[in-house]
Amino acid sequence: MAVIPVLKIGDCLLVSIQVDMHDRLALELQDDLTNRIVTERARGVMIDISALEIVDSFIGRMLNNIAAMSRVLDAVTVVVGMRPAVAITLVELGLSLTGVRTALNVDKGLALIRKAIDDPGSALGRREA
Amino acid sequence: MAEEHATMIPQLLAEHEQTLLRDWMESQKKSGALRGGQVSEAELADNSRRLLAGLRGGAATGQFEDITTPVWDQSRTVLEEISRSRATLGLTPAETATFVFSLKEPLFALLREKVGKDPDRLAHEIWVATSLLDKLGLYTVEAFQKTREDIIARQQQELLELSTPVVRLWEGVLALPLIGTLDSARTQIVMESLLEEIVTSGAEIAIIDITGVPTVDTLVAQHLIKTVAAARLMGADCIISGIRPQIAQTIVHLGLELGVVSKATMADAFALALRRLGKAVVDRAPTPQEL
Amino acid sequence: MTQGARLVVEKHETVAVRSSDDVVRVRQAVRARSIEAGFGIVDQTKLVTAASEIARNTVDYGGGGTLVIEIVREGARRGVQLTFSDNGPGIADLKVAMTDGYTTGGGLGLGLSGAKRLSNEFSIESTPGKGTTVTLARWKL
Repeated sequence: MAVIPVLKIGDCLLVSIQVDMHDRLALELQDDLTNRIVTERARGVMIDISALEIVDSFIGRMLNNIAAMSRVLDAVTVVVGMRPAVAITLVELGLSLTGVRTALNVDKGLALIRKAIDDPGSALGRREA
Repeated sequence: MAEEHATMIPQLLAEHEQTLLRDWMESQKKSGALRGGQVSEAELADNSRRLLAGLRGGAATGQFEDITTPVWDQSRTVLEEISRSRATLGLTPAETATFVFSLKEPLFALLREKVGKDPDRLAHEIWVATSLLDKLGLYTVEAFQKTREDIIARQQQELLELSTPVVRLWEGVLALPLIGTLDSARTQIVMESLLEEIVTSGAEIAIIDITGVPTVDTLVAQHLIKTVAAARLMGADCIISGIRPQIAQTIVHLGLELGVVSKATMADAFALALRRLGKAVVDRAPTPQEL
Repeated sequence: MTQGARLVVEKHETVAVRSSDDVVRVRQAVRARSIEAGFGIVDQTKLVTAASEIARNTVDYGGGGTLVIEIVREGARRGVQLTFSDNGPGIADLKVAMTDGYTTGGGLGLGLSGAKRLSNEFSIESTPGKGTTVTLARWKL
């Protein structure tokens, strides 16, 4: 049974989605992440979707759920590495990623999380997708 | 509706193909088909041979009314190719249709030779032949039009791509000056260009300047909002600049919500972008080398 | 359209859509056929995403069904046509089903309306108690 690895970098959790997920895997990831945020006392969650060729409404809902749950646990969620074709399709699909911050890559994502955690009042800290 | 009276055309085409081809080439050369020099004799011979072969195949079924049916596929394909190549050579649709109509002369001559003694029969055969060749000739005109439309569409596409450059104003700041109307086809190109540049440059701010966009209505606003949303998903914030006073009024009247900061000029937008990046422009005396 | 152009099916493939694993297979198959039809990356992504939405509906609400993927040609343009069919409970009120409901998530709303937005052609037929057929197509322009 495949499990998506979750890494810890400082007070952040990093998830890199490499496979074309089916529904059960996506739900397992949601659960796993939520547990880990609590057990590791994470302040940030970074989801790297650079390997995802499509993001449909199910994956979109998963991302929204993760963001919502981490917010309740006072953690910031950043999605990084969205492919241009995926971004264009998402916009056309009409799916809005509420409460999800976005950055171009892992580096910028970490910087964004840092800013959001350290300086939550700033404009950058508040910016959401 | 199938042809009710028997016609000898299928038989003629099958038995006298070589004669017809020879006579047709003679007739075309005499009427100056090769005069312009765009079409070589070898090519004309090849076109003629292939069309005759297609005609023979289609006519063999005895069905002359509807040239859109599969038996006429080969003929139509030959005509499409000829139309296309002649369109690109700059020949007129009339010249291309004339190619088809010019087959009438040798065909009618052959018919007169075979059934000239029977006026009713001759009239009938000429009618069948002429209505078939008319249909095919008109088809070349349609195919010609289609080719021209395709060329225009391709040029429009290239024009679209050329007219949406994405400029790196500063490290981390992109500018997208839009010229002309923003329809959905244009918006797709704009989004693709902008997002690709965001990936290559790593820019986090994109200034979309709409000075050159004549009108902003609900649709245009939707396209802008989509573009901004797509850039946001790639981690870049947009600033819209070039808002003319009339545009500002329209936006308010229509109750449009762009969802981003908008500025009157690109200069203002650029100044804002620099501030966001924590950069400042200072006064200092230029050095002797700079003067 | 040039007179005489008809819809020609150049290739077709049938995929079972019964489980969430099949939804993954649907995405892969539609991706492969789109590439074959010469689609650019954005058009591919839009079609595959639309397919994913409908496939999911077919599994979750239609009790499972099938997908027929066809590469088609009409005159000079080529495209990919997808036909999803199931013998499930059907959709009682198509109009409601086609309205957007994305921020609330869940339900049929987002899948159908979203897939329609991502397609050049879209049609849906449904008879309560009998089943549902969704046909969508995307053209390479």
